[in-house]
Amino acid sequence: MSLLDYFRSRKTNTASVAKQRLQILVAHERASRNQPSYLPKMQQELLAVIRKYVHVDEEAISISFEQNGNEETLELNIVFPDEMRAG
Amino acid sequence: MARIIVVTSGKGGVGKTTSSAAISMGLALRGHKTVVIDFDVGLRNLDLIMGCERRVVYDLVNVINGEATLNQALIKDKRCSELFILPASQTRDKDALSIEGVGKILEDLAKDFEYIVCDSPAGIERGATMAMYFADDAIVVTNPEVSSVRDSDRMLGILASKSRRAETAEEPIREYLLLTRYNPERVEQGEMLSVEDVQEILSLQLLGVVPESKAILNASNSGTPVILDTDSDAGQAYSDIVARYLGEDKPQRFIVKEKQGLFKKLFGGK
Repeated sequence: MSLLDYFRSRKTNTASVAKQRLQILVAHERASRNQPSYLPKMQQELLAVIRKYVHVDEEAISISFEQNGNEETLELNIVFPDEMRAG
Repeated sequence: MARIIVVTSGKGGVGKTTSSAAISMGLALRGHKTVVIDFDVGLRNLDLIMGCERRVVYDLVNVINGEATLNQALIKDKRCSELFILPASQTRDKDALSIEGVGKILEDLAKDFEYIVCDSPAGIERGATMAMYFADDAIVVTNPEVSSVRDSDRMLGILASKSRRAETAEEPIREYLLLTRYNPERVEQGEMLSVEDVQEILSLQLLGVVPESKAILNASNSGTPVILDTDSDAGQAYSDIVARYLGEDKPQRFIVKEKQGLFKKLFGGK
């Protein structure tokens, strides 16, 4: 290990990287844990219905479920392809 | 009324069985009649860590199936008369564990014992869910490492949704963090998640920190719960942990680097 490596390795604090990654991941997993169990299936079926009429990619649709106290919000987001808007 | 404690983690190899053995021995040494149950059906190891592997005649599944009575299956510890071990079966499949069967055994044990420690297998399969289902308290064993922390959080989710207390909407399971294989030196160098980091991520009450220690392997080599090695750091850490679990106020130890003298630095420590 060269002297340069020695100083470099002290700068990259891998523990703080680990902490950041975990915080994001855990928050995400906790949110999806509280989702109703029908959500993935509903997402698939909605997508199938939309695709009957509009050609959209599978990634073009996103569903999010949020819970704030007693309020539950279901958000459905579809990005239409460019040619649709033009036509 | 007995208190049922599950020692769980999700991830394997973090120290569940070591902790189960040490904590159950610690409770028994303080005069509380304690039984420790191995839920790892098919891969039992608690007997080996407790040093009673050659005394196993009947096991948990035998009792569930009515092939043996609880008294026949319970192994009395030779070092502490208040401690009993109920081994897991080595050969049968996991499906042998049923909610009714496990519930009946725990109910019977609760008549005789103050503490029932359930050593959970790794994973989220049947053995693990059975070990935690009836729990009053959960000790979540975690290493300061990303996959272990993530799996612990996953277990917390399961504890909160799929346990008896969750299903019957009783007071929730009391959850504690037990951080093992901790290396204060690496934490100081920014190479390892600190105890505060892990606590912040999991938002759990800290029961204690067990340092990475040579004493652990020595203890398992000889089949002696590490808490009996009272000179060792890990043994003392577990003693503190048992005391804190029982409500005593013990300051946290083993979370900062030991100051090394020049002599130790030059010629190496223990």
